[in-house]
Parts: sequence; structure tokens; C-alpha cells
Amino acid sequence: MMTDPTSQRRTSRRRFIAGAGALSLALTLRPADATPESMQAAIREVLGNAKLNQGRVKIDVPPLVENGNTVPLSIAVESPMTETEHVKKIHVFNEKNPLPQVATFHLGPRSGAARVSTRIRLADTQDVVVIAEMSDGTFWTASANVIVTLAACNEDVI
Amino acid sequence: MARALINVPKTAKRGQVIEIKTLISHEMETGFRPDRVGKLIPRDIINTFVCSYNGIEVFRADLHPAIAANPFLTFTTVATESGVLDFKWTDDDGKIFAEKANIVVE
Repeated sequence: MMTDPTSQRRTSRRRFIAGAGALSLALTLRPADATPESMQAAIREVLGNAKLNQGRVKIDVPPLVENGNTVPLSIAVESPMTETEHVKKIHVFNEKNPLPQVATFHLGPRSGAARVSTRIRLADTQDVVVIAEMSDGTFWTASANVIVTLAACNEDVI
Repeated sequence: MARALINVPKTAKRGQVIEIKTLISHEMETGFRPDRVGKLIPRDIINTFVCSYNGIEVFRADLHPAIAANPFLTFTTVATESGVLDFKWTDDDGKIFAEKANIVVE
């Protein structure tokens, strides 16, 4: 059987137009997100010139959540909590919400332990990054990936 | 007025690390949600939480719109002496919600 070359071309052109339309739609519908770069910039602001070390921070967050509007998050930092050696701050960041910051917790020797938990919003499947700032000026970090099926932040009001 | 729930142990041993849980009812409007006509609803969140133990600050949290509605926070403190724990939430309008809890330390 012979295929008509013009019909084939038309199909491909039509497909191209449809594709381009979908692409531009996707681009215009994309809300202003925090990008991994803007998260890096926010982290840089906290960090200054200090070096970021892996470890000492433990994040407890479900790997898969149905509802991004309320995601339980628990953080524990391995550290003595004495006057001379303690966790000063715990910073929480995210990659893809409209803003990269989530929260900053200020602790001290009176905390007794470096353990906090809260509930956060996640607009998309993404990494949550936690940075602990110690009294000796060092920074420790850990991250956790969370898969979100229903996103928060950008949904319409019902 | 926002309603707050606080869980502090009534009694504790001196030097014991106690866990405190707090929950306050608040919309935590992110400022990123459109309303029915597509206009963004202005941001209104609780941006600061402070816990003081007999007048001395022991815990503080800076919150951003990524904190879920009805902010729930748990943290720890060392039971040093009997007294009052003060909890203070401040929102974007500068409105302050305050709550107290007593603790007896043996």
C-alpha cells in the first residue's frame, strides 16, 4: 500500500503544533517556584563561608505522602546540649515550594536535647534539607526525599 | 481568637528533659493561593513562636508559609525549677496569641 506523503507531513505538522501548544501551556501554567538554585542561595545566606558537613542530623519524614498540605516532619541532631557545646539553630529548606525557607528553630543549652517536630507543606515531590548550626560554628546537614501526590500551596480555594 | 492546645507535663524531676507539644488554630494563609476570581489571597501566617521558662527564652521558631495550617510544634526543655512556661505566637499583623502552663519540679 502506498502512503500519501502529503498526509503524512500534515499529521506530523499537526502533531508538532499540538506539542508546541501543550508545551507553551505547561510553561505558562507553571507557578513561580523555588528552584534548587534559590534554595542554594537561601542556604548560602545561612552558611556564609562555612563548610557544610554531612551527618549528625536525622530527619524523620514519610517517604510518600498523599496530602502535601500537612506532612509530619521530625528532626533530631546528635549533639550534647551543654553551655559550651550545643545546637544553636536548626534550619529547614525545601526545593520546590514558592519559597525555599520552611522554618528556623532556635535552641540552646536549656533545650536539653536537639529534637523538634512540626507539620509542613510541600508543593511537589522534592528534597527537604535540614541544616544544624552548632555553637562551635560548624554546620551539619541531611536531606530527605518526599514523594507528594496532592500538592499544597498553589491549590484553588474550594 | 485562635485556640491553642498545649501539652506540658504537670510535674518533672529536676534536670529532666521534658517534651512540650503546642498546637494553635490558624489558617496560615500562604499568600500564594488564588481566590475564586483569581486574585491572590493576602498572606497571613504566624511567623514567630517563643517559649519562655520563668521569663527566660528557651525556644524560638521562625515560621514561613511552608508550615502547615494550625501550626504544630514539639520541642524539649530542661526542667530546672517550678514555675510558669509562657507561649507566644505572633502573626503577620503583629497580633499576639499567648498561653501559659504551670510546671512543678521536684
